[in-house]
Order: sequence, then structure tokens, then C-alpha cells
Amino acid sequence: MSDLEALRKQVNYDQTFDCVQCGYCLPVCPTYETMKRETHSPRGRINLVKMAGEGKIKIADLKEPIEKCLGCMACTTICPTNVQYGRILEGAKEAIEQHEVKSGFQRKTEQFLFDRVFPSSRWMGTLGNAAWLYQKSGMRKLAQVTYLTSASPLNVSRFEKAVPDQPGPLERSLRKHRVRPDYKLRMTVAFFTGCVMDGVFFDTNQNTMELLRLSGAEVVVPRNQTCCGALHSHAGKSSSAEELAIRNMEAFDLEEIDYIVNNAGGCGAKMTEYPHLFERGTYWHEQAKDFSEKVRDISEVLVELDGLEFTEPVELTITYQPSCHMTHVQRVSEPPLLLLNQVRGLKLRPLKRPDFCCGSAGIYNLVNYDESMKILDVKMDDVKEKRPDAVITTNPGCLIQMRVGIERTGLEKKMEAMHLVDLLMEAGPVPK
Amino acid sequence: MKNWIDELKRVLTPKQVLTELADRHSYSFDASFGEYLPEAVVQVKNKYEVASVLKAANEFHFPVYPRGKGTCLSGGPLPVHGGAVLDLSQWPEQIDVRPEDLTVVVSPSALPANINQAAEEYGLMYAPDPSSAHVATIGGNLAENSGGPRGLKYGVTKDFVLGLEIVTPEGEITRTGGQTIKNVTGFDLTKLIVGSEGTLAVITEATLKLLPKPPAVQTLMVSFKDIRSAGQAVSKTLTSGILPSKMEFMDQACIRAVENFQPSGLPIDAEAILIIELDGHPDAIAAELEVVEKIMMELGASETIVPGNPEEAARIWHARKQVSPAIAQIKPTKVSEDATVPRSKIPEMMERLQAIKEKYKVEIVVFGHAGDGNLHPNILCDKRDQEEMARVESAVEEIFLAAIKLGGTLSGEHGIGTMKAPFMEVELGKVGLDMMKRMKESWDPNNILNPGKIFTEQGQRLVLRNE
Ligand SMILES: Cc1cc2nc3c(=O)[nH]c(=O)nc-3n(C[C@H](O)[C@H](O)[C@H](O)COP(=O)(O)OP(=O)(O)OC[C@H]3O[C@@H](n4cnc5c(N)ncnc54)[C@H](O)[C@@H]3O)c2cc1C
Ligand code: SF4
Ligand code: SF4
Repeated sequence: MSDLEALRKQVNYDQTFDCVQCGYCLPVCPTYETMKRETHSPRGRINLVKMAGEGKIKIADLKEPIEKCLGCMACTTICPTNVQYGRILEGAKEAIEQHEVKSGFQRKTEQFLFDRVFPSSRWMGTLGNAAWLYQKSGMRKLAQVTYLTSASPLNVSRFEKAVPDQPGPLERSLRKHRVRPDYKLRMTVAFFTGCVMDGVFFDTNQNTMELLRLSGAEVVVPRNQTCCGALHSHAGKSSSAEELAIRNMEAFDLEEIDYIVNNAGGCGAKMTEYPHLFERGTYWHEQAKDFSEKVRDISEVLVELDGLEFTEPVELTITYQPSCHMTHVQRVSEPPLLLLNQVRGLKLRPLKRPDFCCGSAGIYNLVNYDESMKILDVKMDDVKEKRPDAVITTNPGCLIQMRVGIERTGLEKKMEAMHLVDLLMEAGPVPK
Repeated sequence: MKNWIDELKRVLTPKQVLTELADRHSYSFDASFGEYLPEAVVQVKNKYEVASVLKAANEFHFPVYPRGKGTCLSGGPLPVHGGAVLDLSQWPEQIDVRPEDLTVVVSPSALPANINQAAEEYGLMYAPDPSSAHVATIGGNLAENSGGPRGLKYGVTKDFVLGLEIVTPEGEITRTGGQTIKNVTGFDLTKLIVGSEGTLAVITEATLKLLPKPPAVQTLMVSFKDIRSAGQAVSKTLTSGILPSKMEFMDQACIRAVENFQPSGLPIDAEAILIIELDGHPDAIAAELEVVEKIMMELGASETIVPGNPEEAARIWHARKQVSPAIAQIKPTKVSEDATVPRSKIPEMMERLQAIKEKYKVEIVVFGHAGDGNLHPNILCDKRDQEEMARVESAVEEIFLAAIKLGGTLSGEHGIGTMKAPFMEVELGKVGLDMMKRMKESWDPNNILNPGKIFTEQGQRLVLRNE
């Protein structure tokens, strides 16, 4: 295979022909709106990948437009010809990764995150414990050790305030790995904890398990599960993503469970896409198909079980910011709204453009801080107009980002950001 | 000598002049065929900037191609000779509705769908409704004289323009027309500019006419066992004293493609269907519905479906919207034509299309605005298959010639651009084409604005293949 042929295969060159350049994706693309040029639009990016496949531009020319893509996938839902943009994007990222045209800054950031934080053997809580220590001790020195703030190129310090109070290591280690409902057992589910979710939003995870239990599900937490690999895929590290996927498939015993439940839109989306990671006809491809068929968002399962009654009215005006990956990849959009409708006292004011990404997008807000904030500002203008007491979301990244947004607009005294699950827990859920 | 790109950076700001390779490639295409790399892309935001770009272009002799959102289906904004693409899409959107005058004043970047939405807040409507209205710019609509299904009753873009503000190819700012419905002062330059595909002027503002929004609409879907009766049903309805707001046609291949793509409850055994919309006062449309249903029965329609509520009606129109993506699943490349014939000639045109399909062994499906004779024969093929594309080129040529022979035209709404330029003389004749060329030469003596469009250049012919 010539170099160009290999590159074409890698970037899914053939799939770029599915794009008829109709431009229907332009109005929904956040980066087209904020960066104001076709180069940063879905149609533009697809064309550039095609041009790279034809040797008309270099991979280095692809770098900036591809790196600035949020991967929010709003363009795929709107696309009339069903272009597989996700595949094209990941292919392009892989090519960039392989051809080493990343900037030193980005390389350093990614190295730290991917080699040390996400897949580390102590992944479940490394980040959370570090955040806890930082909060409890208030010592900058420690923060430097854990690399969380310091003079690191990461903009993590700007997200610090958005991280909730952390449970101590002891609380973490006491987590039960199997809980059963008090009354009738209606199904058995495995809980996928997610690394950021479990690290930073440990309480939300506990709440998720409790809601499932109250709804009549037995919940198991497989011990050997690991990071879903979404962030690795998005960064073009497909082999790391494959490795993580395999470890997860080994950790979950599909025979025993009805669903694999998660509460992080981004992780859920990645796990429904596991089959894409493996070549058709291979053993792992088949395994991945079975695995992904069982993946469900917590809201879907709660709606299906329909086992809760909410006894406490919650007198709040809220707005709902759906996770992009939940909407556009998992194609789950109704269930969270159905649940919110069951809570008495809540006043839901829908956003004008709920499908417009908040700019969190995995590690986008760390790597492309300025661009991410421009997108967040567009989102916050929409939020502000609704004057909610709380913004409800379903993904940890969005949750942190919305908190940053609230802070940026100086509304932290008037508004909070909450995971759907935590709001439901406040509404006094009891078994029906 | 000074470099023209530096000059542009001087008269605008450097940020407005894009010269990176990735940026240039991103403005090298539209929604049709062909790909041409400009040397620069210039993003302008007001008429003075447009004027200074054009003045510089006349001084330094580089071509300038206006571009809205690049959804053109005939190659209109392609920078065929290098030079600068003039990107008008980032101009701040302005939509100023004047309800007492029933007019709206808009910036060139305004989206037609947003214009209609703003008008609806006053119980008014902006009638032209091309399917791309939520993406394309009004500037592009004006330059292409775009139309949509509602064109049957209300007319196309040109019927809604009262006045324009333009920048001439030599960089002078001027106005045409006015704010009134009646206006006979001098030549009608407004109508000349509308549909001129960016070759005579850059449109920087438009005053458009609004209409009262009809209080009610009623949809019906009619199936036919043969195409000829569907064609007759169109003529019969239009001569019965009823003017529906829309009359859309789909052939069996389209119906089946939609059902394969996204089951929508269309009748897959029908040879053809008509989707009709009546609008007006509720009492009036109830009476009209009866008449139309009777006509359909008389002409042997196999089934008439009258949706009972707006949601059901919306489902039918959604199915119509799915035609484009659905047929794209048949084969990756879609060559979409919009040859238009007098309404009475629809059945004959359909037969000719069938013959062309067999002769060149190409996949042709047909849908479109049957009410005004504007058919959309779409050829489905694969751009990568050179041999097939050669057959497609011949088929397209023959479709154009067939339309012209039947008293029709090359293009009902998509424009000439680069793609149909080689056939202009067949339709217009030597003198007609020459008069147009002379107009272009006197408006644009240095051939600055959008060269290579509408008029052929030496040896130019229809090419759908990539070299
Ligand atoms: C999926 C799809 C559906 C479509 N449906 C329809 C339809 O139903 N009916 C229809 O008529 N068309 C349709 N079109 C064609 C296209 O959308 C229209 O021609 C539209 O008006 C182009 O607008 P644009 O902003 O994309 O202009 P562009 O494609 O960027 O430019 C079109 C032409 O206008 C010129 N131009 C643009 N702005 C200006 C300006 N301010 N001053 C002077 N010249 C200018 C350009 O030079 C070019 O020649 C469709 C296209 C697609 C892809
Ligand atoms: S909507 Fe789909 S086909 Fe149209 S330009 Fe965007 S990616 Fe291409
Ligand atoms: S994934 Fe999101 S940011 Fe990227 S091209 Fe699509 S819509 Fe734009």
C-alpha cells in the first residue's frame, strides 16, 4: 500500500464522498458559529480530510481544523445523507497523532492525562482523592505534586471551583459492590462508574445506585472495570481505546445482567460505539456488539422500570442542558425530560438551543480553553435568558463546564448546576 | 508592483483576508461539482468594505466571486480563475420588518427562513420557500432567483423584491427600485440584478415584499397507477378555478427510496403520487378540498389521503423532504437537474426521461414541483466511476435538450453557473445570448465579478468528472 492509500484508509476517505456539501450542518455547528469560517464547519472539515486523502494538503494543514472540532456530533443528527462524521473525525485524529504534528503544549497535556490520570491502576479515585486532598488541606504544594494546578499547561485551575466537595478515601473504599432492592427484584444491572464521574462526582454515583435500587434493580459494580476510552478515541489514540474496551468487556459478566447502566452521556456513547473499534468478523467485534446492546443511560432504565414515586416537591425553576453524546450518539433525548416531569414543583424552561454544545467536549476545554469559553458564552446567553435556579445535565464534563459558565457570568449566588440524578434524589424518591 | 493580497489586508483588516491553505480549500466548492482553489478569501461585513475590495480588484485585476453559504447547485460561487472569494455569510444578520408597509429590509446574509419567521410575528409571511431556506442566504436566493413549492401560487424570489442596494463591479454603491409596489421609473435594474448569479453586482441590502399569512392550510396526498394521469390531474386542477399553494410530485423510485430510508407510510405500489397543499380561509379550503378530491377520483386516482390533523400533514411533508437524502442512498453521487417544461408537457417530459434512462443505462429518479412544471430529474451515480460519469454527462445533455424542445428551460431555479453555461445558446439563440454578454461587458468592463459563469469560455463543456 502506498502512503496515500494507507492514509485514505485511515481517515475513511471513501466515507467523505457521502457528503454532498449541502451545508445543512452549518447552522448546528458550534465552532462554525464562533470561529466564523467554513474551515471550522463539518462540511469544511470533511472536505479537508478528503483533500488530505488526495494529497492536496498536508496532514499538518488538517491539524488546526480537526483539533478545534468539539466532536459534539450535532452535525451527524442533522445530516440528510447520514455521513459518518464520527468515523472520519477519529480517523483524521489518528492520522494527526501518527504523524506527530501536535504542538508541544497539547502533547504534554495529553501525555499527562492519558498516561497518568485516566487509565492508571488507581484510576477510580486518583483524581477524586487528589481533589479531596486539595480541598481539605488547601495546600498548593500538594496540588503541584498531583499536577492538578501548578504552572502546568493545563487550565485545570480554572475548573477547580467547579469540583464538588469530595468524599474521603475511606468513604470511597467502603463502597458496596452489590446492592439489592428491599422489595421485589425486577432486574439486575451492572453499574459503569466512569472515571471522572467516580473520581469527582462520587456522591452522584452513589445516588445513581440508590435510585436503581429503589426502582427495584439489583446493582452490581464490577471491580475490574476501567475508563471507557472515549477521551483516548477522541485524541486519536485508538489502540489505547481498544485496550480499555477489551478490559471493560472482560470485567462485565453479560450473562448475569440485563443492562450496563451509566450516568455519563460521553461514556455511554463511547460504549455503544465499541463495535466500531474492532474489525468486522473478529472475536472482539462480536463481543463488542453484545456489550454495546446492553449499554443504557440511567434515565432510560429509570423510565423503563417506572418504579419510583417522588414524594417531596422541589420548588425550583430549572433548565435542561442535554449531553451532546447522549443526544447525537446514543440518541437518547426523551427519558430525562420524562423523569423531570414527574417531580412536583419543578418549573422547566427549555433552552432555545439545547442541542448546542456547552464547549466541554471531553478534554476540549482543557486543550482549547479560549475556543471552549467562546462556545460556553453562547450557551450561557441562552441559559441566562431562562433565569433558572438550576441547570440540569447528564454528563460530568458538562456539569463542570456549566459550573464554570455560571461562575464566569457571576451568577454563582443565584444558580447552580446539578446532575439529573442528584435532583431526583432531592425529590424524595420511594418505591411505587 | 504591490501585491493585491497585501492591498486587501491594507484596505480591510488582515484578519478579514484568509490565505492559509486549509481556509482556501474550504471555499473551493459549493453543493455542485468542481473544486477550484482561490488565492484568498475575503470576509466582508458592510457595503464600504465590498466597495473597497472591488476597487482594488479593478486596480490590480483579480477576479472576485461573491459567496453566500455555498449551497448553489450549479457552480455559481466557484472561484474558477483563482482570485478572491468574497464571503458574505459573516455579515451581521439584519431583518427589519415594517408591518405597516408589508415590507422587510434585510442584509445579504439573512436566512430566508429567519425572514419568514420574523414576518410571522406580525401575521405576515415571506412566501419564497426553497428547501435550503434555513441554510442559504437571501443574497444567494436573490442572485439565483430561487423558488420553492409555494412558487406555484405566490411566485419566486424575483416576485418579492421591491428594491436593492448594490455595489457595482467597479466598486460604486447604488440603489435600484424602491420601497413601493408600483414603480416605473427607468429601466427595471432590480429585476436585472435578481438572477444574475453574482455576475453584475454584489447585493448588499434588499427590500422585500411580505404577504398576509393565510389563516389555514390543508394537505392531501393522492396516488396514481400511471404517471400520465398524475400529469393530467395537475392540469385539470389548475384549470378548475383552484390554485393550490403547493403541488409536489414523486415517482415510484422516489417513493420506494423514502420507504427504504425511513418508512413514512407512502404507498409503495403507486407509480406516482401528488402531494397538494391548499391555503386560505378555512371555509374556502374546505370547499376546494371537495372539488380537488372529485377531480382526482375522475382521473382514476387509486387513493386519496386527507390527513386529519397538522401532525399527520407534517408527516407527509416530512416524507417529501426525505426524498433528497433517501435517493442519495441508492448511489453516492447525485446529479440534480431542474429542467422545467410548460405544465401541459409534464407527461411527455416524463416519457423522454424514461427513454434517456434506458438509452444511457443510468439511474434517474424524478420528483419536484409538478404544479409549475419544475421537475427535478436526479441521476444517481458514482463520481469515482469515470466511465459511468461520461454516460451521465451525455444523459444530462439530452435532458436539457429535451426540456428546451418541449418549450421549457434549462433551469427553473438552480441557475446556470458553470454547469449549464454550454447550453445557453441552444435556449437563447445567438442574438439573445449576445445581448446578455454585451450587458455583462458594459456593467463589468474589466470582467472582475464572477467570471466564468453563465457565459461559456472557449471550448467549455459539461464536465462532471474529476481529472
Ligand atoms: C439540499 C439543497 C436544496 C436546495 N433546494 C433549493 C430549492 O428548493 N429551490 C432553489 O431555488 N434552490 C435550492 N437549492 C439551491 C441553493 O440553495 C440556492 O441557489 C441558494 O439561493 C444559494 O444560496 P447561498 O447563500 O448558498 O449562495 P451561494 O451558493 O454561496 O451562491 C450562489 C450564487 O449567488 C451569488 N451570490 C451570493 N450572495 C450574493 C450577493 N450578496 N450578491 C451577489 N451575488 C451573490 C454567488 O456568486 C453565486 O453565483 C438547494 C440547494 C441544496 C444544497
Ligand atoms: S449535512 Fe451532511 S451532506 Fe450536508 S454538508 Fe453537512 S455533512 Fe455534508
Ligand atoms: S462534531 Fe460538533 S463541532 Fe465538530 S463539526 Fe460536528 S457540529 Fe461542528
